[in-house]
Amino acid sequence: MNLYRAHVLVCAGAGCISSGCQGVKNALLESISRLGLEREVKVVETGCMGPCDLGPVIVVYPEGVFYRKLKPADAVEIAEEHLLKGRVVERLLYRVPEDGRTAATFDQIDFFKKQTRIALRNTGIINPESVEEYIARDGYRALGKVLSSMSPQEVIECVKKSGLRGRGGAGFPTGLKWEFSAKAPGSPKYVVCNADEGDPGAFMDRSILEGDPHSVLEGMAICGYAIGANQGYVYVRAEYPLAVQRLSLAIEKAREYGLLGQNIFGTGFSFDVEIRVGAGAFVCGEETALLASIEGRRGEPRPRPPFPAQSGLWGKPTVINNVETWANVPPIILNGPEWFASIGTEKSKGTKVFALAGKVNNTGLVEVPMGTTLREIIFDLGGGIPGGKQFKAVQTGGPSGGCIPARYLDVPVDYESLTQLGAIMGSGGMIVLDEDTCMVDLARFFLEFVQDESCGKCSPCRIGTKRMLEILERITRGEGRDGDIELLEELGHHIKSSALCGLGQTAPNPVLSTIRYFREEYEAHIYQKKCPARVCRELVVYTIDEEKCNGCGRCRVVCPAGAIFGEKKKPHRIEVEKCIRCGTCMEKCKFSAIYSL
Amino acid sequence: MAVTCQCGGERTRKLEALLDRYRGQPQALIQVLHQAQEIYGYLPREVLKKVSLALNVPLSQVYGVVSFYSFFTIHPKGRHRISVCKGTACYVRGAEQLLEHLREELRIKPGETTADGEFSLEVVRCLGACGLGPVIMVDEDVHARVMPERIPDILSAYRS
Repeated sequence: MNLYRAHVLVCAGAGCISSGCQGVKNALLESISRLGLEREVKVVETGCMGPCDLGPVIVVYPEGVFYRKLKPADAVEIAEEHLLKGRVVERLLYRVPEDGRTAATFDQIDFFKKQTRIALRNTGIINPESVEEYIARDGYRALGKVLSSMSPQEVIECVKKSGLRGRGGAGFPTGLKWEFSAKAPGSPKYVVCNADEGDPGAFMDRSILEGDPHSVLEGMAICGYAIGANQGYVYVRAEYPLAVQRLSLAIEKAREYGLLGQNIFGTGFSFDVEIRVGAGAFVCGEETALLASIEGRRGEPRPRPPFPAQSGLWGKPTVINNVETWANVPPIILNGPEWFASIGTEKSKGTKVFALAGKVNNTGLVEVPMGTTLREIIFDLGGGIPGGKQFKAVQTGGPSGGCIPARYLDVPVDYESLTQLGAIMGSGGMIVLDEDTCMVDLARFFLEFVQDESCGKCSPCRIGTKRMLEILERITRGEGRDGDIELLEELGHHIKSSALCGLGQTAPNPVLSTIRYFREEYEAHIYQKKCPARVCRELVVYTIDEEKCNGCGRCRVVCPAGAIFGEKKKPHRIEVEKCIRCGTCMEKCKFSAIYSL
Repeated sequence: MAVTCQCGGERTRKLEALLDRYRGQPQALIQVLHQAQEIYGYLPREVLKKVSLALNVPLSQVYGVVSFYSFFTIHPKGRHRISVCKGTACYVRGAEQLLEHLREELRIKPGETTADGEFSLEVVRCLGACGLGPVIMVDEDVHARVMPERIPDILSAYRS
């Protein structure tokens, strides 16, 4: 085996791919070969490193120097300076926003320093297409330990004792779920990975599948042994072609090495995994809908009980866990349940991966111990709000979750605390909102989403969310009526208590939580016909400041509705009745003379 | 009179091979539809009939599955497919305005195809590139942090 003196890790997560990491990698490879360093420097493509906003990013080892926002030309410079001459290229390093100091390595950068990586232990560090690199990082050792020295009951006990709970959203104790399936009569049994990451705004499952696919396969195989199943399925959404590709390759490699398939490690235990690709239905993230979809049917949920642990795929006992949950299993087996349980809060153990997005400086993926406060996540890791704007709220849990306002920023995050605040942990999506976000409009957005994705099987969800959406549309159009807020609340509570599945039962959450914390915004829309964030178009009025307007006429020319009048070199005015509120005039005015109310 | 198929020999051959592989396996319906759509670009009625017979699933159920999942389409798509992400992160960063500009530029609504068959426009829920919103996907390429003024340039790169 060739030994290299330096390794260059190029992040090839979805974010860096769209910001152009392939060009950077090619430029690196060309320069390395031009400089004759092929036998000394190795370039490795990894999964997502996390800081999507800084992409494309690379790390040069052994020093661990982190370069960000690279262009192909920068890669040439790094090859010539750093790789050939050993000089770090200062100008391409990360700069600490507060004082502009450069930070060369991960331990100097808050975004990385404050993370505890268990589920993401390998993403961004290994080549996801190489099973050898996974094995070198203790991969498949947990499976070996389980098969050679633990009984199925011991495995279940270990997972139970660790306190691991489902990372897909509901937080059901994983070990308990396994135990139910193990004890349930019926055979064969199945193991399913829910990789139908539907929450818009969450992308941790994608990153794990793309960056460390073997960790999921190993977790599933361990469960297979614990409950007595020989077949697993991974249900991945069709929107993630790269994840499907890397996972297929991982399954192939694992079979080739005897880590999946017949008689694993010669122990007589057999376990294999197949991929099922979804077809664009959000409701398939609900477990019973997902199982129907694997069976080739419409992804419609059914009432529970019976739970899948008793009667799942083809009516057989089935354990179904989310990607992040599976990735947590091998380290728990290797390091012991006490180690895992020592991290986190009383009822929520371990870590959680969050996808930071929206109005926040450092967008990307972070993994932190349960119990970390929202403030630490958004301001210390996330670097706060861009453009000097005010933090308004954070939306967690996607269409099933809710908005948490600034006064709860210091609440430690775990399953219970978020539920208490009217939001949910969900899969870990965190959308940061600033003063420019209208909470009524956001609630309308989520309702529109849910209404679109409702499968139509039960009427509370199909009809109830439709009525809620109509009311919200009316309010954002400026046609809100006295009593609308109360009606929304009443409808919301009824839908929550009567819908068939998780989708419907949580669908009113975004509306109820915004009413709870931002009622005054609803009232402003309804009674004053005003949108305080100036988002709802029908409620915005554009006005020209006569003091500032010098009559250049630019706005008059660009106005598509012919609503602006005035003589040249004299202040212009907007006729409100004709204005279609497109905002073009305000955009084009060079003198900031047009403002909106 | 002999009936000759008008839908192109190569594609028919691929479809037949696909159906042979899954004949009599109703649970493979979604996988088969995925691959059939890859062959034809969409799912024509004739193809659905063949799938129904081969997998032994009533045509009504096949259609039920096709209409349930947004990924499947029974209408031909443009040469280039534009998907505008309307996930939450993209939405709060201006996906709606982006969509409006695209509608004006292409003169079509989401779900439609331009008259010249060049582009079709659709709204997707989340492409998982939330850190870089707003994003659009043209065919397999993801374009990040798209501002409305960049749209003409992006589109012209794909026009034939």
